[in-house]
Amino acid sequence: MKQGNTLSDRINNSLGKAQNRQNFRSAMSGLMEKRAAQFPDDEKLAKLRDRGREIRANSLRNLPYLLIELEKTLTENGIQVHWANNSFEANQIIVCLLQQNDAKSVVKGKSMVSEEIELNSFLEGHGISVLESDLGEFIIQLADETPSHIIMPAIHKTKKEIAELLHEHFPELPYTEDVDQLTQSARKILRNKFNQADAGISGVNFAVAETGTLCLVENEGNGGMSSTVPPLHIAITGIEKVVEKLADVPPLLNLLTKSATGQTITTYFNMISRPRQPGEKDGPEAVHLVLLDNGRSKIYGNSSLQEILHCIRCGSCINHCPVYVQLGGHAYGTVYPGPIGCALEPMRLGINKVGGLTSLCTLCGACEQVCPVQIPLPKLINRLRAESVLRRADYTSLIGAGSMRKPLESWGWRIWKWIYRNPAIYRVFSLIVTRTRELIPARMGRWARYRFNPKPARRTMHELAREAGFDNE
Amino acid sequence: MSRAREQILSALQQYSENGGYRGIVKTPKEEGLSKEDRVARITQMMEAVHGEVHRLLDREWMKWINTELPKRGYKHILVGSGDIGKIVNVEAMDSLQIHSYTAEIEEWKDQLFNQVDVSITSTRGGIASTGSLVIWPTSAEPRLMYFVPPVHVALLNAEDIFESFEQMVIEQKWSKEMPTNSLLVSGPSKTADIQQVLAYGVHGPKQLVVLILG
Ligand code: SF4
Ligand code: SF4
Repeated sequence: MKQGNTLSDRINNSLGKAQNRQNFRSAMSGLMEKRAAQFPDDEKLAKLRDRGREIRANSLRNLPYLLIELEKTLTENGIQVHWANNSFEANQIIVCLLQQNDAKSVVKGKSMVSEEIELNSFLEGHGISVLESDLGEFIIQLADETPSHIIMPAIHKTKKEIAELLHEHFPELPYTEDVDQLTQSARKILRNKFNQADAGISGVNFAVAETGTLCLVENEGNGGMSSTVPPLHIAITGIEKVVEKLADVPPLLNLLTKSATGQTITTYFNMISRPRQPGEKDGPEAVHLVLLDNGRSKIYGNSSLQEILHCIRCGSCINHCPVYVQLGGHAYGTVYPGPIGCALEPMRLGINKVGGLTSLCTLCGACEQVCPVQIPLPKLINRLRAESVLRRADYTSLIGAGSMRKPLESWGWRIWKWIYRNPAIYRVFSLIVTRTRELIPARMGRWARYRFNPKPARRTMHELAREAGFDNE
Repeated sequence: MSRAREQILSALQQYSENGGYRGIVKTPKEEGLSKEDRVARITQMMEAVHGEVHRLLDREWMKWINTELPKRGYKHILVGSGDIGKIVNVEAMDSLQIHSYTAEIEEWKDQLFNQVDVSITSTRGGIASTGSLVIWPTSAEPRLMYFVPPVHVALLNAEDIFESFEQMVIEQKWSKEMPTNSLLVSGPSKTADIQQVLAYGVHGPKQLVVLILG
């Protein structure tokens, strides 16, 4: 966790960066408009989202069976499957595969799961060089930062910052702030690396159980090259990314690209079903898939939270969140920011570690409205808020459940409950509060730092209502 | 069998219902576009993402290659070993230098990465609703032909344009047998990673030319 130690440090830090905030605001507005333009017909959109949800729900209902089938079809196709309980195991598997193949340099396509397991630093610790080939990931790798958005990792940077960064690392290239020229510089640098890399690592957008196919969605062509040029391709994905049928893919793809970036489709949609076959002239000799759990099976066991695993990582909820747009991704301090992060990360990492994320939400509902697979994010976040202060038998085994309970706060609420439940006491209480309004301290401490000081009205609403002729009913 | 596998599966199996397939397999109704409508739609969609599209008669494409490529200053042309490759090898103008993808990539990687200007390939078909080329690379036309050269010229038969990806997958029964690799390509390689400004050719081709035949 970079960018400050505590959540409130990071928030203060993010709120202080005016340029960054402007970058987020304009980028998110653009993305919202583009998405809206892709879905002009509400009825059609509703149908498509129903389908998306049904496909993902089906995948989850049958998850263990589909994973077994996926393993079978992939193995038949010649793709080796590996299972990892956690980041450590996944990293171990990958480093072993690379070492067995004597691979010293890796070129990577975009993969949030690889961010999740902090693969790059692990491999570098083992003397393997890793190059991010997605332009956004490449930029933040140069800057030694983490992604601030799951789809557009370098969205917080201006072109001037990027120009300076490239110039600093590659002084032989002429300094330019022209986006086309910057992109061409990156092409030149990265081309050579592709040519020389010993292995390619990528994520997976959908894994099809029926046919043993790994699908990659991208615009740049780096995913296609990472999975074709080097002699070894290792794909890594969370266990929830499996779908049952090949026919499930087109509707999900349609929802994914339109929701994510407002594109009808991305430039490349790559379906990989086998390593290089005899007679074929390119493609990797070996393809491996690492299936990562990392807390997902625990979430799966919790029927009230399971829906979070429907997520297809489109980032649309992030683009529409009024909190994210103010803060940007780094304030969250987790791999996944925004609404999906507020819900998923406390489930994955534990409420005791990142439960504070659940407070980065106004429960406005925008995220649920745009989620292509209809995940009720606000409901889940609210549920997590409850779990963070309560430990109840009918709640779950979430790590750190109840850990955010504060004795004073909970006593406060208990007293309030008692007052509110007894009409006579409530009447006395409200009379006292209204009649002593002048005694409220001028500064209410931390609570009033960003809020107006509360001041009770002169008379209670009940009094006013009775005067106006309403009776107690 | 690995320990992780057993642990993950048993954790999941405890809670799964295995209800059989309940996803909606029924395809939504297509619009029923005519061939000409499909050509018009794919052209419009391709052009919207910076693709260049020309409608030609069947055998005119070679003439197009011979006039347009030299005019645009391209010299090193990559073809596969299929029908298109054969025709290009015989009929190309002398000023074009033809490279055929006949050796395994390891033997000529540098040349492919550094010398080739344009690749010319066939396609399996097209998708009107998204403006996509459907490509199943083969040993005659291998995968890197579509990713590495700065310009990609693709020939597409008008007959092979489907209305949607879904329709094509289902009608052609893709699930029976998937090829090593299949690809949808919709426009030239692009990125908006620098301050949301669209730029082309970050990794794959900077230019995609689609010649629709028939
Ligand atoms: S409900 Fe919460 S998380 Fe969702 S968009 Fe609104 S503020 Fe963001
Ligand atoms: S929660 Fe929904 S909107 Fe957010 S990334 Fe996942 S699929 Fe997209």
